[in-house]
Amino acid sequence: MLAFLIKRLAQAIAVMFVISIISFSIQDNLGDPLRELVGQSVSEAERQALRDELGLNDPFITQYLRFAGKALQGDLGTSYFFKKPALEVILSKLSATLDLVFGATLIIISFSVPFGVYCALKPQNWFAKTIMGLSTIGISVPVFLTAIGLIYIFAIELGWAPAFGRGETGSFLGLWDSAFLTKDGLAHLVLPSITLASIMLPLFIRLIRSEMQEVLQSEYVRFAWAKGLFPNRIHYVHALKNTMLPVITVGGVQIGTMVAYTILTETVFQWPGMGFLFLEAVNRVDTPLIVAYLIVVGAIFIFVNTVVDIIYGLVNPTVKLIGNK
Amino acid sequence: MTQNSTLPVNNQAHTMSEKFFKSHFWHSFKIDIVAQLCFLVFIAYVFMALFAPAIAPFDPYDPASIDIMNSEIPPSWSEEGDESFWLGTDNQGRDLWSTILYGTRVSLLIGIGAVFLQAFLGICIGLVAGYIGGRLDSFLMRMADVQLSFSTLMVAIIFLAVFQASFGTELYQELAMFMLILVIGIAEWPQYARTVRASVLAEKEKEYVDAARVIGLSTPRIMFRHILPNTLSPILVISTVQVANAIIAEASLSFLGLGMPASEPSLGSLISSGFEYIFSGAWWITMIPGIVLVLLVLVMNLLGDWLRDVLNPKLYKG
Amino acid sequence: MALLQVNDLEVSFDMRSGSVKALQDINFSIERGDRVGIVGESGAGKSVLGFSILNLISRPGSITGGNVLFEDRDLANLSAKELRDIRGNRISMIFQDPMMTLNPVLTIGTQMIECLQAHRKINKNDAKKIAIQKLQQVYIPSPETRLDQYPHELSGGMRQRIVIAIGLLMDPEIIIADEPTTALDVTIQAEIMELILELCERNHVALIMITHDLGVISQVTNRLFVMYSGRIIEQGPTKEIINDAQHPYTQGLINALPQMTIRGERLQQIPGSMPSLNTRITGCVFHPRCEHAENTCTRTHPKYTTSGGCKVACHMVEKMKSQPLLSE
Repeated sequence: MLAFLIKRLAQAIAVMFVISIISFSIQDNLGDPLRELVGQSVSEAERQALRDELGLNDPFITQYLRFAGKALQGDLGTSYFFKKPALEVILSKLSATLDLVFGATLIIISFSVPFGVYCALKPQNWFAKTIMGLSTIGISVPVFLTAIGLIYIFAIELGWAPAFGRGETGSFLGLWDSAFLTKDGLAHLVLPSITLASIMLPLFIRLIRSEMQEVLQSEYVRFAWAKGLFPNRIHYVHALKNTMLPVITVGGVQIGTMVAYTILTETVFQWPGMGFLFLEAVNRVDTPLIVAYLIVVGAIFIFVNTVVDIIYGLVNPTVKLIGNK
Repeated sequence: MTQNSTLPVNNQAHTMSEKFFKSHFWHSFKIDIVAQLCFLVFIAYVFMALFAPAIAPFDPYDPASIDIMNSEIPPSWSEEGDESFWLGTDNQGRDLWSTILYGTRVSLLIGIGAVFLQAFLGICIGLVAGYIGGRLDSFLMRMADVQLSFSTLMVAIIFLAVFQASFGTELYQELAMFMLILVIGIAEWPQYARTVRASVLAEKEKEYVDAARVIGLSTPRIMFRHILPNTLSPILVISTVQVANAIIAEASLSFLGLGMPASEPSLGSLISSGFEYIFSGAWWITMIPGIVLVLLVLVMNLLGDWLRDVLNPKLYKG
Repeated sequence: MALLQVNDLEVSFDMRSGSVKALQDINFSIERGDRVGIVGESGAGKSVLGFSILNLISRPGSITGGNVLFEDRDLANLSAKELRDIRGNRISMIFQDPMMTLNPVLTIGTQMIECLQAHRKINKNDAKKIAIQKLQQVYIPSPETRLDQYPHELSGGMRQRIVIAIGLLMDPEIIIADEPTTALDVTIQAEIMELILELCERNHVALIMITHDLGVISQVTNRLFVMYSGRIIEQGPTKEIINDAQHPYTQGLINALPQMTIRGERLQQIPGSMPSLNTRITGCVFHPRCEHAENTCTRTHPKYTTSGGCKVACHMVEKMKSQPLLSE
């Protein structure tokens, strides 16, 4: 347990350190804070005095430490555009992005496991072949094209679902707002969720299929057959559990990809989430927002990796997180 | 080979081509219609890209040939179509067919360029990690894990976004193609490095490597002349899929406005520039380049699958 | 009625380059309490034979000729349910590598209880009691705690004992042991062998011991089949074969045993190596490596000749008898 915590902590510190260096360099190079503060009409001498006062002439390390210190207290600067603390702006968009990620994850999990398992068990069946064919097409269509296609067919031609925006949201215990809680929100959520799932779903179907096929060839599955067990028990207890181990690991690695795809999906659907905000911030050169986004993404990254490690440890008895050994 | 060295050159070439036509590889290709079709389509794309200036009826890079009055003309087979614009025109009045030809050229160039860079970096790092091993190996592989978990697209988006914000859009647009190749090329090196490393570890155990060392060949020579040729089939399989991925990555970045500018569009930026017009019914500006892009990527992926089945290399998993 | 009877069994693998015969002309029968050894180099088809008795050949392999009869029922004609009824219940199998045979993510208890529950109606507690009893039979200390452990927490020898215990769970009539000690440390190989022998004797179970180690087999079995390149080339009482092997290949195997070699001399070996299955050899499969081979050997595959209690597939048996080998 202790080793696990230390490993996690070390990883978290390393990731955060790298992100903070990147963020700081961005802040250092992008946009002159003086411009934001005083405008153009101030003399050079006054500028220098202000620079000294703000510590902008201090050595790099001093400035970095000051930045890191502030960041640790949650102060990532003020968004130029929104005139509000950057972290606050980012976090206000978090729930929208999480709605989307949650919707997509739901779709991915509920389809990839049964389809992947089916394709592994009956590789010659026409349905399995269709799934595999579709999954090859699926990984060949870029996310934004899926989005455009879905918008064109279901929003413009058929008019079944709204083409953009998040719609109404409901409040969950007054703590959290989510599009899952209203009918209008759900309608808005459908197309973006399918879009976000569309690239990962085929990937996971293929992964689960190939892992399962490998497990089915293993000695312990053969031994299970030799024991005269029921086929269902062999497939769903002996094989599936072992199949899921590498799948969980790969799932954890995909979080970075998922974040990248939320940027694309949110952009097409104008979904008011963090990814959409980030791209807007890039176009507006709103440095504090860019920095805040990077740091929040880093935190999510660490969090998801930790959760995946814990799940992995729970499924795989050879990894002991909390235990006597 | 030493026995053949006295034979005339063309005779040797003859035996080599004979060997190829008798190989398992050729046999599998001959019986697989899907593979043949994919290969044919891929060749057609390469042909289109290479000879775009000759095939295209208009030069989309030449402002003189563009008339804004011609914008948003539908494809020639629809009622309002114009005979001279086969696939219609885009929002700027450029002939879509010509623009797609040039766009394919740009997309393929970036895709293949990026994969060359990936392969170069990955193969070098993989060879070194696998052959030298030890701490250097575990450090490099740890780096690869971290790099992969951040995901290429994520890294590319952040890097390009920051670059664009720092240096301004104009300079960025000039350097776009170079930057895309650089970023996609650098971000994906672990794919190659892991596979090459795995092959090296497997090959290193074999006797011919010992033999090469015993007769006093230098380490780089053993790596490049003796080990590398044996890792070629996994490299070939990865490369096919990687070109497809690089093309998708480029298209995605261009779609976000972080890639090729609209004045020199790739397939991705074409799709992006047409997106807002689908709401007014001009579906072709987005959909036709979209189909062209998907077909290209699909064909590459299918060829990759086929190669994997035929060559059956031990790819790095996970 | 023989307990198990194998008639003209042929197993083929469909490879890219065409069909390859992994087993051909396999004939034998086994009675209750028999102890039979199958010996040969790796690749001779021993394991395939073991698996085909349970009808467990996986693709691209399949039984392409002959049959395996268990209590006069052809395994190939049985329904999935009837097959399940035999596997693990009437015939059980001990696999080669105990590191690979136990499922890493399930506890020992789960893997034992599920086997009992697959074959008869029994509640978990009763099943547990039987599992503990079987673990005691294979001399596993504190069996109760083992049930909650995972395979990776146990040593290789311990795991193989558990695999044996699983094999004994349903009190089968036949146990097939496929190289049960090869993957284990030398020091515990003998223990495991003795254990298997003891259990089979006590429970009157027929044993089919598959191994490449003639030394092991001579102590454990009373009948012996020598396999080469997918065929049985010599069969008979173990003692007779060990003392007076007729086939040149068997002679080679016996002469290669360290205890057969005079101290200080080089170990004898059979020149060459067994051909891979997809190289077609006309005539006797062994003739390329055989020092007695003559023209007839390259033309037809020899039929069995009976000599004492043994059957030998060799053209040269008579001739060799009149001119004994120099090395003997």
